[in-house]
Amino acid sequence: MAELESQLQALDDIVEVAVSAIESASVSADLEALRIEYLGKKGKITAYLKQLGDVSVEQRPVIGKSVNLAKQKVAGLVEVKAKALAEAAMNAALEAEKVDVSLPGRGEQTGGLHPVTRTLQRIQKYFQNIGFDVAEGPEIEDSHHNFTALNIPEHHPARAMHDTFYFNAEMLLRTHTSPVQIRAMEKQEPPLRLIAPGRVYRCDSDLTHTPMFHQVEGLMVDENVSFTDLKGILSDFLQAFFEKPLEVRFRPSYFPFTEPSAEADITCVICDGEGCRVCSHTGWIEILGCGMVHPNVFKHVDIDSEKYLGFAFGLGVERMAMLRYGVNDLRLFFDNDLRFLRQFN
Amino acid sequence: MKFSEKWLREWVNPELDSTVLLDKLTLAGLEVDGVEPVAGEFTGVVVGQVLSVEPHPDADKLRLCQVDVAADEPLSIVCGAANVRQDLKIPVAVVGSVLPGNFKIKKAKLRGVPSFGMLCSEKELGLADSADGLMELAADAPVGKDFREYLDLDDITIDVDLTPNRSDCLGIAGIAREVGVLTGSDLTPVQVNTAPVRSQNTIAVSVVNSEACPRYLGRVIENVNVKAETPLWMQEKLRRSGLRSLGPVVDVTNYVMLELGQPMHAFDSDKLNGGITVRNAQQDEKLTLLDGQEVTINTDTLLIADSAGPLALAGIMGGEASSVGDETKNLFLESAFFTPINIAGRARSYGLHTDSSHRFERGVDPELARNAMERATALLLDIVGGEAGQITEVVSEQDLPQTQTIELRASRIKRVLGIDIEKAQVEEQLTRLGLTVEAAENETWQVSVPSFRFDIAIEVDLIEELGRLYGYDLLPNTRPQGTVLTSSITEHQVQVERLQTLLVDRGYQEAITYSFVDPTVQQHFLAEGQTAITLANPISADLADMRVSLWPGLVQALVYNLNRQHERVRLFEVGRIYTGTADNVEQHRYIGGVVTGGRFDEQWAEKRQAVDFFDAKADVEALLALGGGDVEFVAEQHPSLHPGQTARIYKDGNAIGWLGAIHPKLNKSLGLDSKAYVFELALSAVVTAEVPSFEALSRFPANRRDLAILVDENITGGKIERCLKSVESDILKGIQLFDVYTGDGVEDGKKSIAIAFQLQHSERTLTDEEVDALMQIITKRLEQDLQAVIRA
Repeated sequence: MAELESQLQALDDIVEVAVSAIESASVSADLEALRIEYLGKKGKITAYLKQLGDVSVEQRPVIGKSVNLAKQKVAGLVEVKAKALAEAAMNAALEAEKVDVSLPGRGEQTGGLHPVTRTLQRIQKYFQNIGFDVAEGPEIEDSHHNFTALNIPEHHPARAMHDTFYFNAEMLLRTHTSPVQIRAMEKQEPPLRLIAPGRVYRCDSDLTHTPMFHQVEGLMVDENVSFTDLKGILSDFLQAFFEKPLEVRFRPSYFPFTEPSAEADITCVICDGEGCRVCSHTGWIEILGCGMVHPNVFKHVDIDSEKYLGFAFGLGVERMAMLRYGVNDLRLFFDNDLRFLRQFN
Repeated sequence: MKFSEKWLREWVNPELDSTVLLDKLTLAGLEVDGVEPVAGEFTGVVVGQVLSVEPHPDADKLRLCQVDVAADEPLSIVCGAANVRQDLKIPVAVVGSVLPGNFKIKKAKLRGVPSFGMLCSEKELGLADSADGLMELAADAPVGKDFREYLDLDDITIDVDLTPNRSDCLGIAGIAREVGVLTGSDLTPVQVNTAPVRSQNTIAVSVVNSEACPRYLGRVIENVNVKAETPLWMQEKLRRSGLRSLGPVVDVTNYVMLELGQPMHAFDSDKLNGGITVRNAQQDEKLTLLDGQEVTINTDTLLIADSAGPLALAGIMGGEASSVGDETKNLFLESAFFTPINIAGRARSYGLHTDSSHRFERGVDPELARNAMERATALLLDIVGGEAGQITEVVSEQDLPQTQTIELRASRIKRVLGIDIEKAQVEEQLTRLGLTVEAAENETWQVSVPSFRFDIAIEVDLIEELGRLYGYDLLPNTRPQGTVLTSSITEHQVQVERLQTLLVDRGYQEAITYSFVDPTVQQHFLAEGQTAITLANPISADLADMRVSLWPGLVQALVYNLNRQHERVRLFEVGRIYTGTADNVEQHRYIGGVVTGGRFDEQWAEKRQAVDFFDAKADVEALLALGGGDVEFVAEQHPSLHPGQTARIYKDGNAIGWLGAIHPKLNKSLGLDSKAYVFELALSAVVTAEVPSFEALSRFPANRRDLAILVDENITGGKIERCLKSVESDILKGIQLFDVYTGDGVEDGKKSIAIAFQLQHSERTLTDEEVDALMQIITKRLEQDLQAVIRA
């Protein structure tokens, strides 16, 4: 029996060495090598069985059982250890792939629209939503469309007030977007609703004037359009634009191409009407000019002013942008300084 | 129009405080543009008289004065003003006075001599911006009287920014009339009496151009004393209206202009040769004006002339030779009506703008001339004395503005304003404005317009008056009721907004640059023989030419930012460029950009790489991809671009723009020290879009075949692509040029190109034979057309 015992002891020894080797395996390749070393066809446990030679018939089942148990034990340990190693490897890989998520993303950063465009787009969107089309007209314009057809005959004081850039006696840079009204009405029969955004030019340059700026012209012609409609539409628009329930005040004014004519003031958006430098301490800011289309203008474009009425308005885009964003210097709009432009991205 | 509140209140005095009154003016369309006190804030200043003047013992420029201020004893005051003299009456700030700027007057010692107050100049009292000595008061100024009270200085100057249509308000009388209507107050106009005629002298007047001068009144006033002082009340009213006192005769004509709105002119009648003729200038006539400048007069300008030649530009400015001077004894006074259209623009053509031309251009009441003449005569006789002659009047009734009668319909009031105004209110308000209103049938009125309202000619002008007086603010706000209009939702056009968004998302900032540019910058961008359209009156020499490209402006904006420590700049602009001539101009919208610096902003995750042609090209391709179409980049030459890095861009066969590197030879003159790429595309072409057209998806697998070829170095990618596109095949679905190689293994002068072909049949799986057959055709085409050698 002593022989049997010593034989079993030898098996235990093999298992013991295997266990400690498996436990200390640190990479899955080593573990695989151990599995083959002990459990493979030529492995130590198989070899142990083979070197037993002739074992007695009585001892055979005992040793066979022990060998199976040993195999199971080693195989179990390998499996557990393999899982542990796989998990550790995953963890190590994850740890290795860890990034600093606070670093900025790669590649292109977005730019931005010019604040004048940004403002124009909002104005445009508002009026398009209520059925106004967007119209365009030439910037090098003839004096007929810029003045005469707008009821500003030659030598009219209003012509002198426009500080016009001329190319010759006839051609000029448009001083307002109003000629687009004329061009639209020449082309199209009423009813019509349009806005005309664009560049305009005045020969004037100082702290509060640039020789080029932007206006949006609006025109609505239909059979029943009245001054109260004009007031309504512009009040609604101004409140929508500034996203504030501000007061809008209409004052009589004069434009040769509208009658009656008005200027609209809003509560100063900088001081909420308290009075500040921007509003010259009046609490009001002049924001646009408007009026009912003058019958002489309709006459120039062959529209029957008995049948149709219309209103028109014109507003300065830079002024709207300055008030909206608190820009304090008009000239910044045309310096194209990135430090300025990027504030609107 | 500037005037003092007190003067206005002499004419109409509603029970309203200043603020309310001014608001009413503004809301009635007479916009109050400024309000200023007529004097600085001060107290304790009284009228004084200098009794004696002695030299100061220790100072050459100072004098010791005894000044009577009607106190128990005269005051000893040290004064440095040059014009201080015995008997002079002056404003005196006694001890305890406070002058503007909270300057307190205390007993003081000046160079050891005690002084009990201060003699004041106009500047020190805030009456003028500058002064060259003490303010001299009239001899009859009451000594000891509070100076503010004496000059009635608790008053404000109101500046009304009148619109050009309201010439009727270019005088106190007109403003007062307006205030009367706005407040329902009665007017107390100045009484004008006919002056007694004491001189038999007259000067003949002949009006040649009666259309331009339908009414001319002249009068001789003899034996005047032009050395007389203009009374203080008049000087003050003039000052508060922004005019300086220039001697009694001119002061009176100015005063009448401010009061009634009639510009007048006074000639020295001894300097006239024969009678007065009102006529247009003849060729090359010259006149030296009151301001000293000599002008050559255009024949469109109306003159007041005598037998020797021009005396004055009618309604604009008098001449120097016939003007009233210190020696003048006899006057010829003019009060006329000149037709606005014959005055308009003339002053400006001589670089002039006068109070007179301002009024005549806009319209002076044609019925006012006689009243003004009498008013001025009375004032002159009071101030400078003399004997007035008979008024000579030449009038051409047919040339005078005709009284308008306008039909006003209640229905039209409602249609234009959007509200009904009560009949009684219509009649009352128009009547108060000086219009004659007669009710007629069917809710209409016949309204006649007074001569002073040049701005009322048609029905809607009356409606404006009614709206204005009703108060625009009291009109309700309504929403328009209109026809629902159709609108377009075209897919054949890309929205410009989409293009802008695309470039913004690709890192561009939008710029807006001036449409006129510096000719010295633009010259580099002109094609050979091309000239820019030039402004006749540019604002400055560096903004004188209309741009022919977006590049001059964009490059300048680029340089501006490079000079401010930006290394990487990407800008784009959408705007018009102007080519041709002013009379035959093309002004199309373009979208253009400029790129310089790194491919990306400096960042931790990428090595810095400079942008190159293909970065810029990718942006252009992305823009063009929005609209689709057949786009080609062809190597061509542009004067401002690098000869080896320039592509002209074609869409559907039409040249639509350029892409390239700025020519290095321009860097110095443009102030550019880094490589910059620019592009510019005709917007109309970029936005032209194809509507997608569906093609059925194939259920069968796709094949890929690669081909490597050797071609001559100068065979472009575009050429290879075009060659391949000419192969007709149902199964060839895509071609990609995926490698270009020169160097080791490729002989000099050649390059190796690798191309991938996507092949697919819509209804079945392709056979090898089919694919091989197509590849054969392709290789043959490449060999034939491009002399390509197939490598693999």
